[in-house]
Amino acid sequence: MTAITPQAAEPILELDGLGVQFGGVVALRDITYQVPGGIIQSIIGPNGAGKTTLFNCISGLLAPGTGSIRFRRQRIAGWAPHRIAALGLSRTFQQVALFAHMSVLENVMVGRHPRSRSGFLATGLRLPGMRREERELRERARSILDFVGLGDLAAAAAGTLPLGQQKILEIARALATEPRLLLLDEPAGGLNTRETEQLGELIQRIRGRDTTVILVEHDMNLVMDISDRILVLYFGHPLASGTPSAIKDNPEVIQAYLGDDWAESSAASYTSLDNHPGR
Amino acid sequence: MPVTDRRILLVLALVLAAFPWGVRAVGAVSHYLDVMVFAGIFCIVNLGLSLLMGFAGQISLAQAAFFGIGAYSSGILTVQFAWNPWAAMPMGMVLAGLVAWLVGVPALRLKGHYLAMATLGFGVIVHIVFNEEVRWTGGPSGLVDIPGLSVAGTPLRGEIAWYYLVWGTVLVALVFCLNLLHSRVGRALRAIHQEEKAAEAMGIPTARYKVQVFVLSAALAALGGSFYTHYVAFLNPGSFDLMWSIRFMLMVMVGGMQSLWGAVLGTVLMTFVGNEWLQVFADYEVLVYGSILLGMALFLPDGLVSLKSIPVRGWLRTPRSSTEGTQR
Repeated sequence: MTAITPQAAEPILELDGLGVQFGGVVALRDITYQVPGGIIQSIIGPNGAGKTTLFNCISGLLAPGTGSIRFRRQRIAGWAPHRIAALGLSRTFQQVALFAHMSVLENVMVGRHPRSRSGFLATGLRLPGMRREERELRERARSILDFVGLGDLAAAAAGTLPLGQQKILEIARALATEPRLLLLDEPAGGLNTRETEQLGELIQRIRGRDTTVILVEHDMNLVMDISDRILVLYFGHPLASGTPSAIKDNPEVIQAYLGDDWAESSAASYTSLDNHPGR
Repeated sequence: MPVTDRRILLVLALVLAAFPWGVRAVGAVSHYLDVMVFAGIFCIVNLGLSLLMGFAGQISLAQAAFFGIGAYSSGILTVQFAWNPWAAMPMGMVLAGLVAWLVGVPALRLKGHYLAMATLGFGVIVHIVFNEEVRWTGGPSGLVDIPGLSVAGTPLRGEIAWYYLVWGTVLVALVFCLNLLHSRVGRALRAIHQEEKAAEAMGIPTARYKVQVFVLSAALAALGGSFYTHYVAFLNPGSFDLMWSIRFMLMVMVGGMQSLWGAVLGTVLMTFVGNEWLQVFADYEVLVYGSILLGMALFLPDGLVSLKSIPVRGWLRTPRSSTEGTQR
């Protein structure tokens, strides 16, 4: 077992021997890894490496076959997603999964669900406590929209926004749950260079709000720029982990991405991994 | 509740208040008041169904069964146990809610249209019980001599009194449902309908919410059933079969599933269509209903409220500052 574990004081997420199998296909195999609190952790790997499957396991959409997941010291494997969300874990989706027919503001307000309480009776009868809560929900949602830069679009229907803004709105909705750990699944997919730069800056500001970020991303410039640590998955198993510069020069990683020939010839011509401004 | 809804509510209340004077002036349609009492009773049922089907996206084919549970609870408790009708009414709602909970918990924990299947079977079972438990329900020959309602010691006589009682209740239920929709709970229901896995990941216990809205819809159906019982004073299992569940669904669909206003509009319209204008088709009635359903699904899937040419729309349009999305 290759346990590649970064040394850090307080891990917010601990995976131990995590495995998932779909029929005969092994999607994740024996993943043991710890994510320290307060960092930006990236997970990279070729398509089909199991990155999204791993996110689905951590956020509760998929129950792992084997192994354990500890989030904030609680064993959460097998919990329903809404319980995990209430414990302080939120996520975005690779395929945008907004509530398309609700307004931008309402989408973010839905994100405040685990931080509010009013039920059927209180809301139907408009009891005073519910009105106060509704006001608070609205104010918090507005301040989150301002934080991500979508404040002007609060009234627009979410489904009418361009993709770049939809991706940011997903992050805003996730932030509304007040996560301690935020999983971002390919947030830069479909974004142009300028939008991706703004996204990188936003992610760093989120980390500044005492939120740990785990980023699954194919945009290597973004990953190398903002990550504190990178985990490389390859066929559902950790291949390597470390700082961006260590990963960039890791021959195994280059081989996994580009095959034997490339690794032997010239790593310098490998644009995707190498062509970035650096930290 | 947004300004738009308040305005529609005001207009609706005024129109409803004036309606009896209007029809009494025209002798030929004075019996429309009677039809409107039925329409109001069905509205109470369909507000719940609209929440369940249009907003939470769950299909129930047992609304007539819950309607019947309310009706027979009121009928049996008042006839056989001499209960006060006003005490029997909440009993029927609680019983229907309890039964809905028992049916809903297993069916709604599964993803997909399991509620439709479970309620289809459940509705048939309830109908059989109404038919066969002759000792309690009177069976096919019916339950008779059901007392009417009294308000503050005065027996409710005549269609006008019933009309105001029933439609007053509809308005109260409507305000309750509108409040619910424009709140944390309503947003959660719409979120579940639109993107269930995201709703779940945002901390919404989707199964629990579906069960709760199903229970609410059953309780409202039962309330409608109780009014029905005391208004017609006679119960027959035929009013609570699958065909009636489908009729309720059709009423909601014709008006517009994703709007409570649509539910009210569709219910009133289809009650008139069914009671007044489709009688000529007799045995072909089912065919006509099927055609309407098919036509709506093909040409006007969002119901009558989606028609954009209504002239008052400009006045009713949501002000620019509003942040409510389209209701889905």
